[in-house]
Amino acid sequence: MTHEMLQNYWWLIMSVLGALLVFMLFVQGGQSMIAGTKWVKRSLLINSLGRKWELTYTTLVTFGGAFFASFPLFYSTSFGGAYWLWILILFSFVIQAIAYEYRSKHGNVYGTRFYDILLHINGVVGPVLLGVAVAGMFFGAEFTVSKGKILDASIISQWGPQHGLEAIASWKNLLFGFMVFFLARTLASLYFINNIDDREVQKSQHNLLLVNAAIFVVLFVATCAVILTSAGVEVDAKGVAKWVDYKYLHNFLDMWWALVVFLLGVDLVLTGIVKSLLNKEWKGGIWWSGIGTVLVVMSLFWVLGYNHTAFYPSLLDVQSSLTLANSSSSQFTLTVMSYVSILVPFVLAYIAWVWFKMDSTKLTEKEIKQADEDEIY
Amino acid sequence: MSDLLMNVVDWSRAQFALTACYHWLFVPLTLGLGIIISVMETIYYRTRDEKWLATTKFWMTIFGVNFAIGVATGIILEFEFGTNWSNYSWFVGDIFGAPLAIEGILAFFMESTFIAVMFFGWKKVSPKFHLASTWLTALGASISALWILVANAWMQYPTGCTFNPETMRNEMTDFWAVAFSPMAMSKVFHTITSAWALSGAFVVGVCGWMLLKGRNRDHCLRSLKVGGWVGLIGIVLTSISGDTSAVTVAKYQPMKLAAMEGLYEGEPGQSIVAFGILNPDKEVGNGEDPFLFDISIPHGLAFLATHDFNAFVPGIEDILLGKTRDEKGLVKKALSFEQRQEHGKAAQHALARYSDALKANDSTAMQQYKKDIDENFKYLGYTYLEKPTESVPNVPLTFYSFHFMVTIGGYLVLFFIVVLLLIYKPKWVPGRKKLEKAGYWLAIITIPLAYMCSMSGWIVAEVGRQPWTIQDLMPNKIAISDLSAGYVQTTFWIFAVVFTALLIADISIICKQISQKSKTDLDKVEQKPQDKKRRK
Repeated sequence: MTHEMLQNYWWLIMSVLGALLVFMLFVQGGQSMIAGTKWVKRSLLINSLGRKWELTYTTLVTFGGAFFASFPLFYSTSFGGAYWLWILILFSFVIQAIAYEYRSKHGNVYGTRFYDILLHINGVVGPVLLGVAVAGMFFGAEFTVSKGKILDASIISQWGPQHGLEAIASWKNLLFGFMVFFLARTLASLYFINNIDDREVQKSQHNLLLVNAAIFVVLFVATCAVILTSAGVEVDAKGVAKWVDYKYLHNFLDMWWALVVFLLGVDLVLTGIVKSLLNKEWKGGIWWSGIGTVLVVMSLFWVLGYNHTAFYPSLLDVQSSLTLANSSSSQFTLTVMSYVSILVPFVLAYIAWVWFKMDSTKLTEKEIKQADEDEIY
Repeated sequence: MSDLLMNVVDWSRAQFALTACYHWLFVPLTLGLGIIISVMETIYYRTRDEKWLATTKFWMTIFGVNFAIGVATGIILEFEFGTNWSNYSWFVGDIFGAPLAIEGILAFFMESTFIAVMFFGWKKVSPKFHLASTWLTALGASISALWILVANAWMQYPTGCTFNPETMRNEMTDFWAVAFSPMAMSKVFHTITSAWALSGAFVVGVCGWMLLKGRNRDHCLRSLKVGGWVGLIGIVLTSISGDTSAVTVAKYQPMKLAAMEGLYEGEPGQSIVAFGILNPDKEVGNGEDPFLFDISIPHGLAFLATHDFNAFVPGIEDILLGKTRDEKGLVKKALSFEQRQEHGKAAQHALARYSDALKANDSTAMQQYKKDIDENFKYLGYTYLEKPTESVPNVPLTFYSFHFMVTIGGYLVLFFIVVLLLIYKPKWVPGRKKLEKAGYWLAIITIPLAYMCSMSGWIVAEVGRQPWTIQDLMPNKIAISDLSAGYVQTTFWIFAVVFTALLIADISIICKQISQKSKTDLDKVEQKPQDKKRRK
């Protein structure tokens, strides 16, 4: 494969990982809904999520590792530059990991309520700020890149003094972030409906689904409108970059297949929500909306990086914008990594197998009450 | 580099060291205890003896608590390469990123998928499936360690790559050279097997405490058998791979070896310091004796480093002056610090000219400068150093850490032999009844000693390679991100407080779990009728 083909292939892999990460954020969405619930019901919700949290965590770590391996200049520029944004995201995930394991253990020093607050913080901060970080890839960030600076002992990626705080303050980024947050809450309700066999939980989750899905749809429409009317950076054959109005809209129109996947994804997401609301006995919403989410996010990644588009526009110097071509690893490394990527379907297959095996019997209040201390969160 | 930037370097190093140290407090127990509980569950699966199930579950609880905080501290490390070392991430991301991605795809998903079965699948999957999940969790943790250690080894011995002047970065040319470099192999085996030893010591120590309290003697005996054997096998393999590590370090990082031994001026048949107190007034080139007091073994270092009793081993001052060893172990002329710096400057100059030629599209000039770059590039990092002593690591920290590690490592060999003798051949151990209580206390004290030993090993590996982020190519001060010292200082303290708070909770939970469970009958598993049916 040529270098360009490999770059495109790896962007496809990144889109798959990114899409799976957004789907798995239902764990965070669920965590954001535990506040105010009764003790036993909260335990049900947390234990239902607790058996999946590591998959979200692992997808995030793999997403980061794969970005490092395939597009190291993005890793170098975004992480080092938007320091506060990424540190806050990481911090929220650190507290999540221990909160699950420690919350119900004797001797946990700070009490169960403290760990539940940590879960709640991660549930809100994680999706919102991950959304803000991804939004920066559409709407741009304040950085410059000059690879030659390394010779003069200078730093190749320079940022403004706010180092990511400005990204959190941007209304466009926040709109995107809260859209992701309410999507995560919507998916969480659908997951609980599927995973927990409890009449009270089912009822409350159907009510929450209605509210969260309504907010999500409004935010999603607004976000799409902002993205499709935004300018993006286009790069010509010589590598010269320029701002182009309605770039992402053009990309959808130029890449009809991305538009088809996007619309199919939207249809699946909405079908999963609407069918779950209309038929209270139906529990397959998480799969319809989940697959739909994956398709929508993948197609958004495609319009972000394909069709000669800079996937990380620089607001300070358009020529510093990051593209698949100027930020990727070498042809050799991408080839080696491509061999490894052959294992991705195998990994997905065993995850799916174990998931269905473990969830073949749904979680009940009885199971939580009868479980050993070591078998519950 | 301004003073301000130097502060950023120091704080960035401090933050990375903090997170790495906290992470390493939990990783070795995950690696080793994973193997131990897998063995225990295998015995249960084969014998269907419920006592072994109870013992497996006892240790699995501790594994789970420890695993969570290991995961929590690990995510920071991966992303810190980007947040705090952005120049580094570009300069070598083409090589360094690959092992991290492979780690995620191959290992993390395996761990995170099957650990859920391990903890919550007892009543949901068959015993065979559960056993496979426990082994796959342990295997996933080891594969994860393998790839991150491969990445770390590459920083210590950059191989399988070439510098591309057009992209201003190193690019991988030989994946197998990266994955199977001698440095990587010795590091992987040394680190993973040392984790088995630490976990063995942990199991033995906890059993020591329970025996001291007179609780669950049979459970302790079962645990001691598995923990003792895993610990002994671990420490023996650690010693063997430690020997390989020493030879590798002597060959590729002679300055680190010199610091490990406090050796300033080497000689043929160099002795090794078995015990020594460093002279605090000793500085490079001041002629003072490096030691206030030392006990040395003649020819020891020559043999350890080269497997030749009479070989020359260069000291810190020898390396700076340009002395090394040839294949026969004799003194050989090499490049001095100043000459390396000249070569580095030649590479830097050629790189700048190459960029100009590239802009002018002058292919002849590009070819000529590329040749100059290739000839001199391996010393590029010396350009950024201001004086020879800047290339010398912290000798006291490296020396004492190394000697502590070796001493405790030797002690652990004896410790596990005695533990296994007491289990299988108690009559061979004289005075065992009189010293019973002291023995239990010794087992308890061995837990922190094993941790300190393990941490010392990392201090030797990482402090001993300073000032390099990538050996000879990139010093720390060039690898950093565009951040203010205040920002990194702030996050350093946030992480310090949070990780310390988490460590307190972690230790408290583990102690409470051990204390509570040791009061229950660990020869029995409370079963419900449906569980019995399933296990059949």
